[in-house]
Amino acid sequence: MATSSVSKGCFVFKPDFKKRKISVPIEDYFNKGKNESEDSKLRFETYQLIWQQMKSETERLQEELNKNLFDSLIEFLQKSHSGFQKNSRDWGCQIKLREIPTAALVLGVNVTDHDLTFRSLTEVLQNNVTPYVVSLQAKDCPDMKHFLQKLASQLMDCNVDVQSKEKESVQVTQKKIHYSMDSLSTWYMSVTQKTDVKMPRKKRTPPSQWQSPPVVLILKDMESFTTKVLQDFIIISSQHLHEFPLILIFGIATSPVVVHRMLPHAVSSLLCIELFQSLSCKEHLTTVLDKLLLTTQFPFKLSEKVLQVLTNIFLYHDFSIQNFIKGLQLSLLEHFYSQPLSVLCCNLPEAKRRINFLSDNQCENIRRLPSFRRYVEKQASEKQVALLTNERFLKEETQSLLENLHVYHTNYFLVLRCLHQFTSSLPKYPLGRQIRELYCTCLEKNIRDSEEYASALQLLRMLAKDELMAMLQKCFKVFKSSSEKQLGNTAKRIEEFLAQFQSLDAEAKEEEEDTSESQSKGLQKTDLYHLQKSLLEMKELRRASKRQTKFEVLREQLVSFIDSLAREYLLLPETQPLHEVLYFSAAHTLRQHLNAAPRIALHTALNNPYYYLKVSTSHLSFHFISQ
Amino acid sequence: MPHLENTVLCRESQVSTLQSLFGERHHFSFPSIFIYGHTASGKTYVTQTLLKTLELPHVFVNCVECFTLRLLLEQILNKLNHLSSSEGEYSTQITCETFNDFVRLFKQITKAESLKDQTVYIVLDKAEYLRDMEAYLLPGFLRLQELTDRNVTVIFLSEIVWEKFRPNTGCFEPFVLYFPDYSIGNLQKILSHDHPPEYSADFYAAYINILLGVFYTVCRDLKELRHLAVLNFPKYCEPVVKGEASERDTRKLWRNIEPHLKKAMQTVYLREISSSQWEKLQKDDTDPGQLKGLSAYTHVELPYYSKFILIAAYLASYNPARTDKRFFLKHHGKIKKTNFLKKHEKITSLVTLQLLTLVGHDDQLDGPKYKCTVSLDFIRAIARTVNFDIIKYLYDFL
Repeated sequence: MATSSVSKGCFVFKPDFKKRKISVPIEDYFNKGKNESEDSKLRFETYQLIWQQMKSETERLQEELNKNLFDSLIEFLQKSHSGFQKNSRDWGCQIKLREIPTAALVLGVNVTDHDLTFRSLTEVLQNNVTPYVVSLQAKDCPDMKHFLQKLASQLMDCNVDVQSKEKESVQVTQKKIHYSMDSLSTWYMSVTQKTDVKMPRKKRTPPSQWQSPPVVLILKDMESFTTKVLQDFIIISSQHLHEFPLILIFGIATSPVVVHRMLPHAVSSLLCIELFQSLSCKEHLTTVLDKLLLTTQFPFKLSEKVLQVLTNIFLYHDFSIQNFIKGLQLSLLEHFYSQPLSVLCCNLPEAKRRINFLSDNQCENIRRLPSFRRYVEKQASEKQVALLTNERFLKEETQSLLENLHVYHTNYFLVLRCLHQFTSSLPKYPLGRQIRELYCTCLEKNIRDSEEYASALQLLRMLAKDELMAMLQKCFKVFKSSSEKQLGNTAKRIEEFLAQFQSLDAEAKEEEEDTSESQSKGLQKTDLYHLQKSLLEMKELRRASKRQTKFEVLREQLVSFIDSLAREYLLLPETQPLHEVLYFSAAHTLRQHLNAAPRIALHTALNNPYYYLKVSTSHLSFHFISQ
Repeated sequence: MPHLENTVLCRESQVSTLQSLFGERHHFSFPSIFIYGHTASGKTYVTQTLLKTLELPHVFVNCVECFTLRLLLEQILNKLNHLSSSEGEYSTQITCETFNDFVRLFKQITKAESLKDQTVYIVLDKAEYLRDMEAYLLPGFLRLQELTDRNVTVIFLSEIVWEKFRPNTGCFEPFVLYFPDYSIGNLQKILSHDHPPEYSADFYAAYINILLGVFYTVCRDLKELRHLAVLNFPKYCEPVVKGEASERDTRKLWRNIEPHLKKAMQTVYLREISSSQWEKLQKDDTDPGQLKGLSAYTHVELPYYSKFILIAAYLASYNPARTDKRFFLKHHGKIKKTNFLKKHEKITSLVTLQLLTLVGHDDQLDGPKYKCTVSLDFIRAIARTVNFDIIKYLYDFL
């Protein structure tokens, strides 16, 4: 058993009793006190549905991101193993040192995410390379004895499905034996030979066209292993390599230099190390955000504060994608738990359907929403009355408002991506390099009021033609790739801009003539003062005329076009009526849950025990008094 | 022994010493022999070939593999048992937990007909590992002949001199035999010995000569040299295969191979890139400069606060405590005091990354002490990313 505690000490683990039957179904926890009416069950179900979708999306993303890495790893394993197999009478192979093929897998410092990566890696390897995949952790292997014992027991488990049931009892007794590399290799020989003779091939091990599949050993946290254990193991297994085809995978969190730091030359010369690098976790975060939040696929959205809390934890504290996703899940849960109107946080057709079944209470909730009240105030007086008194009218209006919200988001993300294309490669990155930074600024305040935006536009006004065209190209692709037809007009505008920039080349010559003309104005005879004045004027004129070149005009147009896009579409979510339905904004609650400060928790617990004990106050106070 | 001379090169004197020590099969030999010498000086190879060609009953055990007493003793006994029992006969596994049992069982096994009346040799390779085991083990093995009253000789192979073995309680002194390093001439001779069948011996010898010219200053390890020789040989042959040069065109061949070997010294010899990658590069004829070695990746991405903790730890580890005032009062407030909510968690994670290590006792629950283990270059790179001029705060740079 393990604790998640970071401090050292004695921990008492009570034996697991049979789990008490929970009499209350989980969704009932969504009932907040007495307000049972507000669709808590439906909300819970919606939460589960959305979470499932998000989860499978993240898993899919993870798989996609790991694919390259895993593919190259598999290729390496297969190649090095076929080297084993050749076992050739080739002159070179006989004399050369037999090196253990080793993959140094650099995974970054987000150790908490590694487990998942290793789990899927194991799975992939078992499906593609060999059934014998073992992963060890440093804390299980303080010395050689434990190391080999763990290795052996896991290795034999790998084979359990191939071996018959009766063998299993033998294995249990075997566990008491001190394993040595010798016994391991004899075991390996017996297993591989036996399966060759007896079993045609089980379905789980398709790639065993090899006579002897390699044994892949994954050391999950290479840095934490004691150097002595690691060195000894490498020395021993290199001596048994011909009978026990081992392949090592080092999971490295920091940098591959540790291999040299931990292993002296005499040992590292026994390895044939190749380096594999996984995607940086920051890029991973960007993709996750891109696919989960910057999309209309999921209706759920985060407010600026919440997003800031989550990204700050990520960037400042742990770099852990898993934690980020946990945080996201928590906000989702909290949103559905605390906001009664979150029933409507689902896809548009379903939400419209649900509106029709809203209770009176829920209608009242809608009317109480600040954004809705602001909206009502702007309406004509008879419409105001209708909205506040007529349920049917209210529902119809809500439907159309929700639809507007949906359209708003579609446009918002398109324009956001488009703006990002323009600002992401500017010098010094006034609006950030990542789209998440831009998104945060846009959520925080009206982007057009920010200094950074102004300086970004200023920089855009100074870009050269080919840079602008490259950006336009990318932008055009963004619009093309989106299936939505909302901003068709804009896409056309961008295409026009592109065409205009292209045609500039042809007109370049004419411009030159223009400039020479302006110069021909010439100087007239005057006194010093006038001369200065006219010189200044000419300077001004020249500057003005320079700005007047066709390219500059066009560039100016383009910048103002982008500006207009931002003005029109990148509105603050708070300005949208009913935004509370989709946006989760309780950053404070989230922070409380995620950044637990032990001292505060202790204080609360002592002051107000029922806060944690979840027992009613009266009952508890009685209990305390009786003591 | 003409056969032996062909297989064991440049170790004639050691071989003859050993042979005279061993004597006839039934003679009692010296109770324990201690052979030492550097890595790849032929200790294991000579002993093994000698025992094999003379067909002496022997057991060869590598002490690295036997990390417990029990494994070591059992391995010796089982191998011995295997020797004594005739072929094909299935002998049961012997279990043996103490040295006392070992002596008893040893006597039992050596009673067998096939082991009677001749010296049995027990070779313990990498004997330095014995020092970490039970203290009585080494003295016990040294006088095994006396303890068991059998004709047995224990041979220790080690890279460490005997003086470092000698227990302070005193023990039976073994016969010490030193295997000196191979001279460059020896290396040349041995390496040239395994020339590939498709090329002449002279051609390969010339190649070995060039190889030694480049590598002898940095590496005298025979195994490693041999590995390098095989790795780079295809490149050497390249002009010959292409028909650009003849086998005797040494100058041309030298000009072709020399820069290549120098590159190999910086990369594959240091295990910066693996030998398979090197072979691939050779085949594709690409510049090895494109492939970054392991040491090229020193950059480590850390979360923002972790960087500061690491910098603080580095400063605390390398500045004397009395200088704190001087650094942190003068530039008052230069290091922003950040309220670390997850400080402890982060320290433990830095420890698992081996950037910090725990000093002092493990059982000290309150106020554990850590030491920063990163290099100056590393911490400078980290400090640069957060715009912190660490040199200004280091006592050693004042």
